[in-house]
Amino acid sequence: MMQGLPLLSLAIWAPIIAGVAVLLTGGDRNAQAARVIALIGALIGFAVTIPLYTGFDLQQGGFQFVEMRTWIDTLNANYHIGIDGISLLLILLNSLTTVLVVAAGWQVIESRVSQYMAAFLFLSGLMNGVFSSLDALLFYVFFEATLIPMFIIIGVWGGPNRVYAAVKFFLYTLMGSLLSLVALIYLYFSAGGSFSLFDFYQTQLPLVLQVSVFIAFFMAFAVKVPMWPVHTWLPDAHVEAPTGGSVVLAAVMLKLGGYGFLRLSLPIVPDASHLLAPIVIGLSLIAVVYIGLVALVQTDMKKLIAYSSISHMGFVTLGTFLFNAQGMEGAIIQMISHGFISGAMFLCVGVLYDRMHSRLIADYGGVANRMPVFAALFMFFSMANAGLPGTSGFVGEFLVIMGAMQVNFWFAFAAAITLIFGAAYTLWMYKRVIFGAVANAHVDELQDLNAREFLVLGVLAVLVLVMGVWPQPFADVLHVSVNELLAHVSFSKLPAQ
Amino acid sequence: MEFIMPLWPAYPELFLLVMTCVVLIVDLFVSDDNRIVTYGLTQFTLAGCALLTFFTGNPEPVYTFSGMFVDDLMADVLKLLTCVSVIMVMVYARAYNAARGMFRGEFFTLALFATLGMMVMISANHLLTLYLGLELLSLSLYAMVALQRDSVRATEAAMKYFVLGALASGVLLYGMSMLYGATGTLEITELAQLSTQGVQAQLVLVFGLVFIVAGLGFKLGAVPFHMWVPDVYQGAPTAVTLFIGSAPKFAAFAMVMRLLAQSLGAEMLVDEWRHMLTVMAILSLVIGNLTAIMQTNLKRMLAYSTISHMGFLLLGVLSGTIDGYGAGMFYVVVYVLMTLGSFGIILLLARSGFEAENLEDYKGLNQRNPWYAFLMLLLMFSMAGIPPTVGFYAKLSVLQAVVSIGMWWIAVVAVVFSLIGAFYYLRIVKLMYFDAPVDTAPIAASGDVRALLSANGLAVLVLGIAPQPLLVLCIEAVRASI
Repeated sequence: MMQGLPLLSLAIWAPIIAGVAVLLTGGDRNAQAARVIALIGALIGFAVTIPLYTGFDLQQGGFQFVEMRTWIDTLNANYHIGIDGISLLLILLNSLTTVLVVAAGWQVIESRVSQYMAAFLFLSGLMNGVFSSLDALLFYVFFEATLIPMFIIIGVWGGPNRVYAAVKFFLYTLMGSLLSLVALIYLYFSAGGSFSLFDFYQTQLPLVLQVSVFIAFFMAFAVKVPMWPVHTWLPDAHVEAPTGGSVVLAAVMLKLGGYGFLRLSLPIVPDASHLLAPIVIGLSLIAVVYIGLVALVQTDMKKLIAYSSISHMGFVTLGTFLFNAQGMEGAIIQMISHGFISGAMFLCVGVLYDRMHSRLIADYGGVANRMPVFAALFMFFSMANAGLPGTSGFVGEFLVIMGAMQVNFWFAFAAAITLIFGAAYTLWMYKRVIFGAVANAHVDELQDLNAREFLVLGVLAVLVLVMGVWPQPFADVLHVSVNELLAHVSFSKLPAQ
Repeated sequence: MEFIMPLWPAYPELFLLVMTCVVLIVDLFVSDDNRIVTYGLTQFTLAGCALLTFFTGNPEPVYTFSGMFVDDLMADVLKLLTCVSVIMVMVYARAYNAARGMFRGEFFTLALFATLGMMVMISANHLLTLYLGLELLSLSLYAMVALQRDSVRATEAAMKYFVLGALASGVLLYGMSMLYGATGTLEITELAQLSTQGVQAQLVLVFGLVFIVAGLGFKLGAVPFHMWVPDVYQGAPTAVTLFIGSAPKFAAFAMVMRLLAQSLGAEMLVDEWRHMLTVMAILSLVIGNLTAIMQTNLKRMLAYSTISHMGFLLLGVLSGTIDGYGAGMFYVVVYVLMTLGSFGIILLLARSGFEAENLEDYKGLNQRNPWYAFLMLLLMFSMAGIPPTVGFYAKLSVLQAVVSIGMWWIAVVAVVFSLIGAFYYLRIVKLMYFDAPVDTAPIAASGDVRALLSANGLAVLVLGIAPQPLLVLCIEAVRASI
């Protein structure tokens, strides 16, 4: 029925075109028009991704919805896009998050509305581009182009220290990706003058070069994830970014790193990946445990959730480098689940911040007395963040821990500790903010959620719950892709002696 | 050598020469109020010259004037781009010059003579032709820098430019004389043949090469021959800085091609000059990028950024392959496009008694005028080499050329310094978008400036999404000519 439409291209370009339309509404006199157009654009962007899911063939391996056009002939780079199960879920997550973010910023953002909305729409299209690129140059272009809108979002609508945070975010991530550019150019020549990822997958490389390429990729993706010790940009960026920025950053942008590992690092340099996996696992476990402890002592809610993000993303890198199906599927499910939960947590903090203009835990207390509905939803998300069974947070972490158990008991043990830390820092924050007597006059004046906020959080709550009790639909699309990836990775690409 | 001398390959130059004299004379009879006539005539001349270049263009090289002059595809493309960019300079500079009493005949005739010099340089097939073109260009530029004769800064800049420029010309000429001594010819095609066969006085040839490279370094503004660049860029009136920073880079690139790639493009000589260019390129990247961070004056910052861009350009050239030369040409075209745009914005914000050359003057531009801020954002990200702007592909193709000859470590150095470079371009974006405006004067611009500037800014994005045509053009032009 919709075979004729280039759906995947629409998923990339519909939000971008909508973004241009939003920009054309001009200044803040037409703010309402900008909001409406942005919402319509985001909804269209989400709508075109639904047929991707319904039309996705679960049994068929490889890439589906493939589109291929000549782009830069001299460089042999093509506009080559397609999705497998891994990209599909991330594209859905991204497009949905965009709708929620546009809705969440509806009344909150009052200055330069059209630019705000357009930046998110551009970002959404570009990230869909990253998730569907099958050409390394195209991937890189989308990957780096995402920096521009996020830089503007943090810098223009962010908090008091936004300039520092925005520049740090930009330079940190640029540093990583520039090195990977050199690696990509190197691979271009090794693959006989092609930027196609499929050609990269077939290219044999000696171990020394594989390790160099791996390190270059690692710089790009580890910064993005972010892994300890290159995570320091994230708390700054999160704290200063506006709520919408934090949501997209945590829910989708960090996944670019996890996705990069799966799409580039593992299949292009499998031998180096195997060789260096212990280091990556070690760094992941440090992130999971140490950053969990760091989160415990935070006094700023956003910072706390930012550190919790780093800790949870540690599961993603851990699962990815275990090289077994449970670990990898767990990692991907963890990415999606973290997208929902961290997005929801940042939205919850945003709800409080919009009313009180403070993110400090100490300024709150007894919020439940004035905002019961909010308290209930926040409770649910906090539980999910702590990995309570029945929520999506549990599924991914459980799978990763299972995968880790197959490799080494102590990996699993260390990872499991985080369930305790996660519960500790999340619930302790929740207790201090929500429970107790009404702390001060400002809290006393709080209004409960309005319909818009309830709708945004409600959608996420449903998703978290569905994914927690019935992960089948999410896991099903992954099986074939993950097995193919693991099969590919298990073959050595070292040139025959 | 061909005995018959067809004149048609040189029609653009001849037309330009005749018309420049016409402009010179007509201007004498035009009152200050009607100076627009001179402006119109200048634009007509440049447009006519561009059209002639286009219609006399031919894919195969044609030699004339006893082999002193060549019309090949690279020359055609570069000359066409030169004319177009001078036209753009004239449009951008008009209001600025009018507000400063520089909207006078001298500006136009000097610019036209400089353009003639560039075109002669681009089409030179003889070292003397090349030198003549270079001197015509340089002398016109010295005078243009000093056009505001009451400005101390401009006079100092002109002085410095003249002294160093003359020195560089001398060095270059000395190098050429050594080439003549070693080979017995000044003609570029013959030089190429002789240097491939190998000459007895190889040492003299290499010695001459050193001087040639040094002279080229001066003209390009590559470290360690860059001292004049910041002072001249900052000291000259912005309209003149725009002129110096744009079209002459095409001529300088052509000079590099004619001298290094063509005359001295033999395998063993490439190895000789590759080392020199490597050192110059890396030093340019380091010094250009690091020093630019410390600048508070936008013109001076862009001068240092130019130095680093020239470093990148040299990276393309030093690979010594056709793709590398093509990458270098692509880089120079993109660089000129970005320079025109960013100086165009400076000229746009400048008004009577206000130069808009300090970084502070860009605070809150997004609130004053979102469109110009957006254009400047595109230009700055392009200079930093962030996709999807065309600056990225310029850097990419150059890096590719370097990696293709196995010098991937240079590529790593280059990306590290372009990361450092990204910082000061980001600062401009930060000032425009994140800070509140200090200066709230309305930004007035005539329709032609607005349209051209918009096209200029958007071209950076459009070429970034579809770089293929320009990339092919550059590579084909180089392939057909070298």
